[in-house]
Amino acid sequence: MTPVTTTAKTELAAPARKFRPRGERGPLASVVLHVTLLVASAVAVLPPLWLLVTSFKPKSEAFSTELVKDFTLGNYDHVLNDTYFLGWLGNSLLVVGLTTVIGVFISATTGYAVSRFKFPGMRPLMWLLLITQMFPMAVLIVPLYNLLASLGLLNQPVGLIITYLTIAVPFCAWMMKGYFDTVPVEIDEAGRVDGLNPFGTFWRLILPLAKPGLAVTGFYSFITGWAEVAYASAFMTGEENLTLAGGLQTFVNQYTSDWGSLTAAAVIVAVPAAVIFGFAQRHLVSGLTAGATKS
Amino acid sequence: MAVDTGRPVVRAADASSVRGRGHHDGKNPGGKRPGRLRRSLSTHWYAWCMVAPVVAVIGLIVGYPLVRGIYLSTTDANEANVERHIGVNHIPATYESVGLDNYTAILSDGVFWDRLGWTVVWTVSCVALSFALGLALATMLNRRLAGRSWYRMALILPWAVPAFVSVFTWRLLFNEKNGILNQILAGGGIDAIPWLNDPTWAKLSVITVNVWLGVPFMLVAMLGGLQSIPGELYEAAEMDGANAWQRFRHITLPGLRTVSSTVVLISGIWTFNMFPVIFLLTRGGPGDATEILVTYAYRLSFVVSPRDFSGSAAWGVLILLLLSFFAVIYRRALRKQGEVW
Repeated sequence: MTPVTTTAKTELAAPARKFRPRGERGPLASVVLHVTLLVASAVAVLPPLWLLVTSFKPKSEAFSTELVKDFTLGNYDHVLNDTYFLGWLGNSLLVVGLTTVIGVFISATTGYAVSRFKFPGMRPLMWLLLITQMFPMAVLIVPLYNLLASLGLLNQPVGLIITYLTIAVPFCAWMMKGYFDTVPVEIDEAGRVDGLNPFGTFWRLILPLAKPGLAVTGFYSFITGWAEVAYASAFMTGEENLTLAGGLQTFVNQYTSDWGSLTAAAVIVAVPAAVIFGFAQRHLVSGLTAGATKS
Repeated sequence: MAVDTGRPVVRAADASSVRGRGHHDGKNPGGKRPGRLRRSLSTHWYAWCMVAPVVAVIGLIVGYPLVRGIYLSTTDANEANVERHIGVNHIPATYESVGLDNYTAILSDGVFWDRLGWTVVWTVSCVALSFALGLALATMLNRRLAGRSWYRMALILPWAVPAFVSVFTWRLLFNEKNGILNQILAGGGIDAIPWLNDPTWAKLSVITVNVWLGVPFMLVAMLGGLQSIPGELYEAAEMDGANAWQRFRHITLPGLRTVSSTVVLISGIWTFNMFPVIFLLTRGGPGDATEILVTYAYRLSFVVSPRDFSGSAAWGVLILLLLSFFAVIYRRALRKQGEVW
């Protein structure tokens, strides 16, 4: 066949198209592709962007359609100085931070145990982890509320931390199992031969190797807790005890609608989360699907 | 089955882990040497120690409330008759067992079936739409393209922003009187649409928001799947004269089977249990038009007055039964992929 290649770019005629080199598109296809992607990107970006724009408008102009109208930092000033926002942020950081640290540690040990050992009770445990993952909070929320009330843990960060552990740990244990399955068993064996007990093998050899997996797991616990609404709304009352998800609701409800403060607070909450997310997202999906399917 | 890319790796990993377990697994049926037995005991002791914290947490915070919830669902407990403290006075519980009355009441009442129907519509349409969009966008991005990483970053943004923040943003956009969407429509001479205040529009709105939130996860997962399909397959198909659609249908789709079945199942479970989107966007309203099973159970125990604890628990148990179907399907999918336990 004669090498007819370069003309393909300029001619859209049917015969020329046949000989377009592999992996090259015609100009029409390119335009369609870019337009579709641009529209999709716009749909994805505009809502958060609008949030950002609104947060810089004065309260009374929250719904103005103009892009920039009376640029002001007043909303941020108000949120940081005149509301409980910093308290909520502190509560959230405390609850979510502790959940992450404890959750990662205990799900790592569990993941390691089910990945490496075969022990009586392992199958029931796997079922337990699988089913707990898909537990709807609606089943648990009332009894849990009563349990926490009788233990005096309502309105206490500890109560929320324990609750979040049950959401985060089953999934994280699966993810860690998937990750440990990819660490060669020979490393364990070498450690055992050199006289380490299983805890030593886990702590000194496997855990350092599993750092990427731990990071993903930690990140997953973090975003789960950061965005949790149901338990937080039910268990925490009184403005100063709320976490961010509950606190933001108080800006806009049936009695008031302070969109200015809401948007400013939302931006402060979203920016760090988005930045951390940007670093972790590449590993997140492989972690999610590997933990679930070990593929 | 050269296209089934996930399999060989799984098999290999599996084989090695099975081999590994063999080494640590001290249980050997005919073992006579005493050292063996002792080692097996100690191995299990270590394993049990490692899983103990998780078992304890799950047992305490999931097990106990679950048993208690099942018990409550057979009583007539509500806000007025449970045990409580008013000041220093302690009022003992006065609710009593009513057998399965709660269940018969729920199942014979239309509300449950209405909510179930809407929950199914909601789950199926959200998952199907976000999967289709995610796959389409991933296919578009999976090629040499100017500005590819910019597109990717923009498209993932909805996932990066915490969900409850996004939901508030959408409420701002959907605001009936002053929201930007209606102002744009007004500019085009179209009447304002009651996005969140009309049952049908509210349903469309919550689905829209959830799809908007769900597409990035699908997109990233599908991109990963697409990149694991070897390019040679496409070359070979092209040599054989397959057109673009045939290549997509016979190479891309089968190649994505493993990852997409997992992803669809996971996001199905997530969507079924999706509390924040509906609770924060419409609070289940208008009326109870957008209330899915989970939010309705929440409403029974925390929003309505008097709080109906037993009814809510019974709803919860029914939801759990529905979800155990998911668990069985999930387990089957895992077994197909070579997971052995």
